[in-house]
Amino acid sequence: MAKRVSLSGNEAAAFAMKQIDPDVVAAYPITPSTEIPQYFSQFVANGEVNSEFVAVESEHSAMSACIGASAAGARTMTATSSQGLALMWEMLYIAASMRLPIVMTVANRALSGPINIHNDHSDSMGARDSGWIQLYSESAQEAYDNIIQAIRIAEDPRVSLPVMVCMDGFITSHALETLEVLEDEEVKKFIGEYNPDDFLLNADHPIAMGPLDLQSYYFEHKRQEQDAMDNAKQVILEIAEEYEKLTGRKYSHFEKYALDDADIAVVVLNSTAGTAKVVVDDLRSQGIKAGLLKPRTFRPIPGKEIFDALKNVKAVAVMDKADSFGAYGPLFTDIRNIMFDNKDIKIVNYIYGLGGRDVGTKDIEMVYNDLMDIVKTGKVYEVKKYLGVREKGGEEVWQL
Amino acid sequence: MATLRDIAKKPELLSGGHRLCAGCGAPVTVRRVLSAVPEDTHVVVANATGCLEVSTTVYPYSAWRTSYIHSAFENAGATISGVEAAYKVLKRRGKINEKFKFIAFGGDGGTYDIGLQSLSGALERGHDFVYVCYDNGAYMNTGIQRSSATPLYADTTTSPAGDVIPGKSQLRKELADIAVAHNIPYVAQSTPAHWKDLYEKAEKAINVDGPAVLNVLAICPRGWRTETAEDMEITRLAVDTCVWPMFEVVEGKWKLTYKPRKKLPVEEYLKKQGRFKHMFQPGNEHLIEEFQKQVDKRWEEILARCGEI
Ligand SMILES: Cc1ncc(C[n+]2csc(CCOP(=O)(O)OP(=O)(O)O)c2C)c(N)n1
Ligand code: SF4
Ligand SMILES: [Mg+2]
Repeated sequence: MAKRVSLSGNEAAAFAMKQIDPDVVAAYPITPSTEIPQYFSQFVANGEVNSEFVAVESEHSAMSACIGASAAGARTMTATSSQGLALMWEMLYIAASMRLPIVMTVANRALSGPINIHNDHSDSMGARDSGWIQLYSESAQEAYDNIIQAIRIAEDPRVSLPVMVCMDGFITSHALETLEVLEDEEVKKFIGEYNPDDFLLNADHPIAMGPLDLQSYYFEHKRQEQDAMDNAKQVILEIAEEYEKLTGRKYSHFEKYALDDADIAVVVLNSTAGTAKVVVDDLRSQGIKAGLLKPRTFRPIPGKEIFDALKNVKAVAVMDKADSFGAYGPLFTDIRNIMFDNKDIKIVNYIYGLGGRDVGTKDIEMVYNDLMDIVKTGKVYEVKKYLGVREKGGEEVWQL
Repeated sequence: MATLRDIAKKPELLSGGHRLCAGCGAPVTVRRVLSAVPEDTHVVVANATGCLEVSTTVYPYSAWRTSYIHSAFENAGATISGVEAAYKVLKRRGKINEKFKFIAFGGDGGTYDIGLQSLSGALERGHDFVYVCYDNGAYMNTGIQRSSATPLYADTTTSPAGDVIPGKSQLRKELADIAVAHNIPYVAQSTPAHWKDLYEKAEKAINVDGPAVLNVLAICPRGWRTETAEDMEITRLAVDTCVWPMFEVVEGKWKLTYKPRKKLPVEEYLKKQGRFKHMFQPGNEHLIEEFQKQVDKRWEEILARCGEI
């Protein structure tokens, strides 16, 4: 029986971890995900879980210890943000290439420099190509649900890849929310036992992991990572369906909000989607056909599904809370690429909210207004724009 | 105590066919340490990137008859921590019943330098494992660059002996002292040329409950520019000149495990190695004097710690 509780995003993540009762958690504190290892170590101290908590001396060691534990055959979890994720960077690729089903919560935070503790997506976007599955979460509820499903996705033999569950730092990690959680027994049953085929602690069958892998095999092994990502697309949907039967909450690769008949649409990740929904409702009440697409699965990117979902839209704004200097935002790059064969659609990119700069309904309204202009004139003057920033020269000084 | 014959009868946990150079000190170190693992105990080895790793694991082959994990250069300590934590919990949960021991091998670069933090963390947390540094005094795998274990004046590719600077300008860092500062139950220094000493120390390190560190001088004929046939003799000279003292520190208590009958002058050790060749050029006598002075100073310190003076 599901029950309603009031939890912050970090509490929800820690609570999910408690219900999962993983074998090993190795983690290191960093704002805004610090509370997750704090809560978890308390669960260990109270005997509420049977896990080993390894209080490592850095995030590089956190991911290294997770790799050791997971390779040894343990169900393994961790959490981090920003610099912590950046420090793990080397090990992220290794975890994925070793096909270790580690599940990590990321409370998204801007990357230094300059140092800043607030939310944007530059941390997880920097790990985009590491071979980790990335699931994004609008709310604490979604983070909780994603973490539980992530265990199944990661451990599915067709996938066998690590999963990163992202939520917005502070906005989601620290805000109290009422959400529905499962009973411990339900979670236990849903995730099942973890019994890998090959693991270091298999006394009957010792194995070598992480050998030098040169021209003769490396490429095939990398190709297999791609196959696993492809398989993940189907597995994510299957597990979402099973989870829906258990909880009544529907998950897919993305959420469509008023999208089916929309002329204009915004694509945006995580909590900003919540703000955008308010704007969509408002525009719809004025008879404007506005819609929203909120990706949940960013890696693997569900290209065909997104293509179908956006194919009748006339103009799309992809909002990126991360920049690629000298290029376009990472989400935009993918979406425009996916839509390439649809010549009727106009797509623009907005970089917004870097370093936690607030983005409200007014800002998003402006984006939809721009899209209406594009539809009206059929012209795009600027593909990449910045939302809510004081521009050089002061022509456009925003009230901040 | 096992005899050499007893040890020879045990299965070799690092097989032949690996690609380390002839005369390399690393595989003999590994074999001797692994030979001290009791027969009822399984082993998981973690290995830092370096000569040992690249030469023993080229996919799809592995020279290791134990379970083995390599993930990166600077994290053997953290990696073995994770394996050991997994063992504890899986045992507690009844998923594993066999006895396991955890042994990490790292070169001096992977231990004294880039991996020091990871090792320190693992020692401080008290994981039950043995860390073995095979110290060949440079980054050999990448072509003989200096490390903080490189001896004073050694000619390496990033501390080259030139007309103005005579090789590495700094003293070696003392890994054993750093390990001891973690209040761990067992720390020792040895060499593969003293097989009995190394075997006994490995046995103690394996049997101790908690972290143990073995720092083992592992000659690299390529990097040291030595004659392969003289390997073990040169290694013994390191000990007999007191360049590489052999001791153990049990629960913080220092004990000298080998005292040369006659302490030889450092030249005996240095002159056999191309990396110290420039020290023997006319006008460079002061380099040898300084080297001797530093060795004497460290030796006296160790004698004092061990209660020998
Ligand atoms: C983060 C990182 N930096 C640098 C390297 C390149 N690298 C690989 S092995 C090595 C040196 C290894 O030296 P050591 O640990 O002494 O082992 P040896 O090769 O001498 O046995 C270096 C610099 C690397 N693999 N990873
Ligand atoms: S270069 Fe030196 S350390 Fe590397 S395998 Fe050869 S002898 Fe051993
Ligand atoms: Mg070395």
